[in-house]
Amino acid sequence: MPLLSLKDVRIGFGSGPGRHEVLRDIHLEIQEGEFVAIVGYSGSGKSTLLNLLAGLLQPDAGSLQLRGLPAPGPGPDRGVVFQNYSLLPWLTVTENIALAVDQVFPEWQPGQRAAHVRRYIEMVRLTPAAQKRPSELSGGMRQRVSLARALACEPAILLMDEPFGALDALTRANLQDEVVRIWLENRRTALLITNDVDEALLMADRILPLSAGPGATLGPSVSVPLSRPRDRRSLHHEASYKHARRTVLDYLLGPGSHAKLAVSRKLVLPDLLPEDLDGPRPSLFAPPKRRAHSATETVELH
Amino acid sequence: MKPLQRLQRFFLESLFLPAVGLLLCLLLWQVLSGKTVKTTVRDDFGDLVTVTKRVGLSKDLPSPAETWAASKTYVLQPWAKRGELDQGILAFTWLSLKLVAQGYAIALILGTPIGFCLGLSKSFAKTFDPIIQILRPVSPLAWLPLGMVLFLSVKIHVPGAGAPYTASELAAIFTIAVCSMWPTVLNTAVGVRAIPQDYLNVAKVLKLSRTKTLLKVLVPATLPYMFTGFRLSLGIAWLVIVAAEMLTGRPGVGGFLWQQYNALNYAHIILCILTIGFVGYALDRLMSLVESRFKSV
Repeated sequence: MPLLSLKDVRIGFGSGPGRHEVLRDIHLEIQEGEFVAIVGYSGSGKSTLLNLLAGLLQPDAGSLQLRGLPAPGPGPDRGVVFQNYSLLPWLTVTENIALAVDQVFPEWQPGQRAAHVRRYIEMVRLTPAAQKRPSELSGGMRQRVSLARALACEPAILLMDEPFGALDALTRANLQDEVVRIWLENRRTALLITNDVDEALLMADRILPLSAGPGATLGPSVSVPLSRPRDRRSLHHEASYKHARRTVLDYLLGPGSHAKLAVSRKLVLPDLLPEDLDGPRPSLFAPPKRRAHSATETVELH
Repeated sequence: MKPLQRLQRFFLESLFLPAVGLLLCLLLWQVLSGKTVKTTVRDDFGDLVTVTKRVGLSKDLPSPAETWAASKTYVLQPWAKRGELDQGILAFTWLSLKLVAQGYAIALILGTPIGFCLGLSKSFAKTFDPIIQILRPVSPLAWLPLGMVLFLSVKIHVPGAGAPYTASELAAIFTIAVCSMWPTVLNTAVGVRAIPQDYLNVAKVLKLSRTKTLLKVLVPATLPYMFTGFRLSLGIAWLVIVAAEMLTGRPGVGGFLWQQYNALNYAHIILCILTIGFVGYALDRLMSLVESRFKSV
């Protein structure tokens, strides 16, 4: 049984002719202990997909299941690392994490909770900054706090929404290694959303490309059969790396990527029906016959 | 920048230029004000009499020197109490501040929750926003008579606080509360609406209860806005007290001002105006200090 699954999910915003379809036909199954990456264009609905998985958005159609059971709204069983860190600026690092820990493990002793918080600060190597506020930290450090907060809730799955998007290249590489190290230590299920194919190849077991919107959908799963730990310097030369990279890029850049664009328009037909000459002549004062319904035509563009 | 240069700049910008401004204003005041001229004339009966006359652009306006001479006692003995309406200037200020503090406290206690409700609930906002928009621009001078009517037969006796509240006292407190509430209400509402979705997402993902979300996320996130509202409210409360005291004739800076106007002691009016200005400035500085403490977080 998959840990987390989406079936036939469709979501959009607005209604009527102004409706903007973001995602359609989303099928997704994540197994226990897997590291899955979803790669897609910016603006294709990656964050919408993550918000769906986190329970912050409800799908218009289809279902979200956690361990085979319909998942209710958001909860700490799905830890989320947001792109913009989402730390509470008036709390210190310790307090930010303690807020989550106190909420998720209310039955623990206060000392046990404090030790738990310390352990996760230690895990992301922020012990010296434990009493600082987010405004005193660099972007990379803030994202570490966000990661520690999500992990400290001991979620069934860790959802990461472009966690390294706002970081410089060196910090990003550093933090990527860190996330993989933590994941290897705990073997918790993880889902990474990113727009960087190389990042996905470096970190994930399996890559799902997301086509460009509107109406984006997931492409076929591409597995990354590379042994761990992966070395980012020698990785590029391995045949399976090249193959997986090409498959993902082919989907993202190739014809399958763009959703079929269909234009539907209302056909403007004369309001009056032609007179039927075979039948009996209608009375001169009878109201003219009018068309009962309008017609539309749909043209698919290629 | 060299230390000497910095010192020069400090003298120029913080001492010299403000002093120039002050001198220019005093000069303008001196030019506008009148002076007393004594002439000796022979009257119709042939006696020599001294006639005192005031001349000048605005001949009844006392000059700076005359103002100081007339106000000296009030400033140099600031806590003196010679009579109910004849006290030192700080004694009057203290009386006014006590009343302001009570009205302002009521305004904050009522205004903040109303602001939260307005910001959190769309239907609450739709229900009460028109009323608030209509009541907000009403002048304190209009609220005061209503307050008098409301509290005419109400007797509030706080144990251990001496004499019971009089109707005019309660009316003044009511007016201050009603008039100074609105900036707090509106700023709190704006602050609640401006809370980033991220913070609310955190609360949702952690499944914080409603009370916990309010105390741990909503209130801290709104504090900077709330304090801007508190500061504006305090400014208004201080404006209103003067009007309230003038109308009710209660002892205080405003009451003193009005009484001295009726007694033709024009110099004291200027003394009161300056006092009101200085106290208002001090209150605003105090609040902005508190505000910046919360904004820096």
